[in-house]
Amino acid sequence: MSKDNGKQKRIGVYVCHCGTNIAHTVNVNEVVEFAKKLPGVALVKDYKYMCSDPGQEMIKEDVKKENLTHIVVASCSPLMHEPTFRGAVKAAGLNEFMFQMANIREQCSWVSMDNARSTEKAKKLVAAAVKRVGNHEPLEFREVPVNPATLVVGGGIAGIEAALTIASSGKKVYLVEKSPTIGGHMAKFDKTFPTLDCAACILTPKMVSVAQNKNIELMSYSEVEDVKGYIGNFTVQIRKKARYVDVSKCTGCGLCEAICPVKNIPSEFEEMQGKRKAVYRPFPQAIPAAYVIDMATCKKCKACIKKCERGAINLDMKDEMVKVDVGNIIITTGYNTFNDKKYLERYGYGVYDNVYTSLEFERFTHASGPTNGKVVMKDGAEPKSVAILHCIGSRDTNANEHCSRVCCMYSMKLAHLIKEKTSAKVYEFYIDIRAFGKGYEEFYKRCLHEEVDFIRGKGAEVTRLAETAEEKGKLIVRFEDTLAAKVRRMPVDMVVLSVGLQPANDADKTAKVFSLSRSKDGFFLEKHPKLAPVSTASDGIYIAGCAQGPKDIPDTVAQANAAAAQALANIGKGKVVLEPITSSIDDTLCAGCKLCIGVCPYGAIEYNESKKVSEIIEAVCKGCGTCVAVCPSGAAKQRGYKDPQIYSEIEAILEKV
Amino acid sequence: MKKYTYYPGCSLEVSNKPYDASTKELFKALKLELEEVPDWNCCGATMYMNFDEHKAVYLAARNLAIAEKTGHDMAVPCSACFTVLQKAKKFMKAEEGLQDKINGMLKEEGLTYDGKVKIRNILEIIFNDVGTDIKTLVKRNLKDIKVACYYGCQLVRPKGTFDDTENPEKLDKLMSWCGASPVFFDAKTKCCGGMLMSTKEDVALKLVRDILYAAKESGADCMVTACPLCQINLEGYQTEIIKKFKEKLDIPILYFTQLAGYALGLDAKQLGINENFTDAKKTLAKAGGN
Amino acid sequence: MLNTKKQKELSKIISKEFEQLPEGEKLKECIQCGTCSGSCPVSFAMDYTPRQIIAMLRADMIEEVLKSDTVWICASCYLCGARCPAGINFTDFMYHLKRFGIKYGIGPKNKKAIKMAQDFGTVVSEHGRNFEAELIVRYNLRTNPFNFFKLIPLSIKMLLTNRMPFFPSKVKGAKYIRKVLKAKDAPRPAEKAEVAS
Repeated sequence: MSKDNGKQKRIGVYVCHCGTNIAHTVNVNEVVEFAKKLPGVALVKDYKYMCSDPGQEMIKEDVKKENLTHIVVASCSPLMHEPTFRGAVKAAGLNEFMFQMANIREQCSWVSMDNARSTEKAKKLVAAAVKRVGNHEPLEFREVPVNPATLVVGGGIAGIEAALTIASSGKKVYLVEKSPTIGGHMAKFDKTFPTLDCAACILTPKMVSVAQNKNIELMSYSEVEDVKGYIGNFTVQIRKKARYVDVSKCTGCGLCEAICPVKNIPSEFEEMQGKRKAVYRPFPQAIPAAYVIDMATCKKCKACIKKCERGAINLDMKDEMVKVDVGNIIITTGYNTFNDKKYLERYGYGVYDNVYTSLEFERFTHASGPTNGKVVMKDGAEPKSVAILHCIGSRDTNANEHCSRVCCMYSMKLAHLIKEKTSAKVYEFYIDIRAFGKGYEEFYKRCLHEEVDFIRGKGAEVTRLAETAEEKGKLIVRFEDTLAAKVRRMPVDMVVLSVGLQPANDADKTAKVFSLSRSKDGFFLEKHPKLAPVSTASDGIYIAGCAQGPKDIPDTVAQANAAAAQALANIGKGKVVLEPITSSIDDTLCAGCKLCIGVCPYGAIEYNESKKVSEIIEAVCKGCGTCVAVCPSGAAKQRGYKDPQIYSEIEAILEKV
Repeated sequence: MKKYTYYPGCSLEVSNKPYDASTKELFKALKLELEEVPDWNCCGATMYMNFDEHKAVYLAARNLAIAEKTGHDMAVPCSACFTVLQKAKKFMKAEEGLQDKINGMLKEEGLTYDGKVKIRNILEIIFNDVGTDIKTLVKRNLKDIKVACYYGCQLVRPKGTFDDTENPEKLDKLMSWCGASPVFFDAKTKCCGGMLMSTKEDVALKLVRDILYAAKESGADCMVTACPLCQINLEGYQTEIIKKFKEKLDIPILYFTQLAGYALGLDAKQLGINENFTDAKKTLAKAGGN
Repeated sequence: MLNTKKQKELSKIISKEFEQLPEGEKLKECIQCGTCSGSCPVSFAMDYTPRQIIAMLRADMIEEVLKSDTVWICASCYLCGARCPAGINFTDFMYHLKRFGIKYGIGPKNKKAIKMAQDFGTVVSEHGRNFEAELIVRYNLRTNPFNFFKLIPLSIKMLLTNRMPFFPSKVKGAKYIRKVLKAKDAPRPAEKAEVAS
């Protein structure tokens, strides 16, 4: 028996047989006899299955009868049963952290065939647990309330869907979108595979729902600049960029656009293939339906102001900073297509006319696009042959290594549309056909029937240097027809490059603001690829859609709803329980060097300017211990992993048995 | 005056003297000093690799070991030598034990390779070490001379450390600094066939035909090259090609050092232009005086 | 001609050597897309395309590979390796195949390229530099003496412009070079291990 602050330590040790999982290798009786001799130990028992009901009851009774103060269970991995035994200890009336497990199964009996050595190791593990538990302090779980509002970042189909689902539960959503309208990439598509639904027909009703839903506050032409806080309690700073048009007053009548003298600005929405004016609306069905002025090209002639009957234009508008408080954040910032222009030069992009990326070509087939839906070449004539090159910028160590998943299907869709609108020959140059989804293989068959010529061989290069009279004036694709094992040249009128999907151009900024990790391909990292695809390492922050990885619209919508469900679960619970093994900083020892802030992977440490010390935001702290390791003055300490606790374990292991 | 250790390579010695002459004259005019690698040997070209990898590296490394001692950067005019020397350096760095093995081979001659020498191509040297300063030395006005800049394959491969692998532009820039007018040229880095002209002539002739065709399409008055193998393939067989493919594909071919030297006021004889196999007189006549 | 049993044994030896190459691992990543063949400027003249060569190596058809024209038509321009999406530097493999062909005496019907390489090796061993006149003479005597007639136009051009090399240059270190080049092949570290076991 030993004294500790006046109160005597009475440690109860329980050695589990775990059937024969432990007992077959470790000599349980020997361990029991050994444990009896350890300082501070008041009682040692063994049992076949400690985790069972009788096993737990035994602990509860012994605590009451024998006045035990600390409990050690030598059994399996804490991952298995730490919560179980903590529960038993708590039920017995002790603080559940006055407990330590010794893993004599996964780390002892299960990894050895040598009985003698396993038993010795088990003894040491028990000694270490006993010595450590003597240094444990009572700790309390904490609860924080959850703000029922949610922030959705990115107004494409993923963001729209997530916002609508959460809003339909009656909870508030802030939907932030950096461009002047929501709709994302889907708004640019003509038809969607495999059903050939018109993209606008299925998207615009949802966009209108967003506008009309009282629970959704849409902040368009806005960007999130700063996020502080933790699950249930995020504080977000949003910059509402100056539109120079008052959204609440603008009716979208278009008189300003008609009179604006600044024309022929390449339109971002049209993938630079069409033109807009300085005052513009990205597309007619934009939500909000208001106009926006591009100040970089505006001549400030004020002709639009004179025409506007609602007085909605104000050229002196400034950016506005807004602060919102939310409980959950869903990141749906989408993707960008592969856009390394230098790399694309070998395919003639930017070098010859009539070479387009798939997204540019998508705008041509679109009825509201720059060619009003006609598939034409630069000179206005219809092409007689079109080559579609798969895997451009994907599956490539010189570009992006990943497969972009949707390109095979959209390439086939484009082939079908070309067949529908022209009498051109269409060639698809592929490596593999990835038609994985519902109705996708059937669509491939349909294209085969429509006489789309599928040639297995990646397009190696596109040139205008003709070798025969037939090739003169054409774009020539050079490739190997791998199935026929022949190097061939295909003269065509137009080339479409099926560019892959890659992380959004500003993904670095987004990752920094929201402290998101990235996977190897640069997309945001999910907590677990199978079991937690929309969660992230930061509780309360979710990712959905192409921000997490390339995917088609069905999977995007599914993920958006999954993220919404996660958020609603948190909101439904109303509170969040926080693990107490967090760090704390002793402000009498802290020198304010800020090393800890630099290394904290969760952004859980703040610098207090007035006190000149660093402080832990307990709710964000995950208890990883990095700050403790790096602190030069020992001011940072971690509950449950203090120096006396760790050193005592090490001492016990090194002592002679 | 900046000094370089000059590795001419076998082709420049006699059969491609114009490149050697024009390089030396151009460097003199640019106030850059060239000192030849003493007792240099054949780098092995693309040929010796066909036999024995390590011996091929030895052939290249012997030159590197000698050049290293001078302490200056190497200046290599031939693209094939340039790639071979760089490859040898890369192999010795990457493969464990190779550098020691090569030093073992060099030991008897009293040479060692320390891996410190910098191997530079003369185009890169002029581009980076002289750069736009060359504009101040231009004495003849070449703006009416449309030039197709042919880099060949070895200069920018395996990966473009020196310039972009697919669409390089440093030679085009240099030519424009010299006052000439580089044109859009589709076959910049298309392989000329190199040694294939001896072993598989029909294949090489087709490759050369494609390059000359691209040059003609580009509307250029002449083509400039940066490699003696390319030069000789492009200039030495134009009659055969015209006969075989029945296309008018004659065009004067110059070394870029010859055209640059001409821009700087050096005369055709100094630059070996009269020793080229194609006649560039009409093209050069388009140049204005100072 | 090797009999079938010897062929099979030789095939096994070569395949094993090939697997041991440092780049052998990378070759496994080939997805058979055909970019190499489509980029290769001389693939139009090859009997097997570069991509096919890799497929044949995987199918243990190493002898057919070494007998193909492909290996010796390769101009080592590096475009295949520059563009390969799997990052395979195929040019270096072609060099390996060339070396295997010479080492084991297996080559295509048209042996001109091999003869050129061998004559090159002889000339460089002798003089330390490539004495082109001797190389061309040796090579054409071995392959096709009638070719000398074809060379007349070029030779005249070279004589007239004083670009005809009449004499080999003197490299003082030539004797050291000769010694190294003529020495017996020392195995690679990887090969050493094989031999030892």
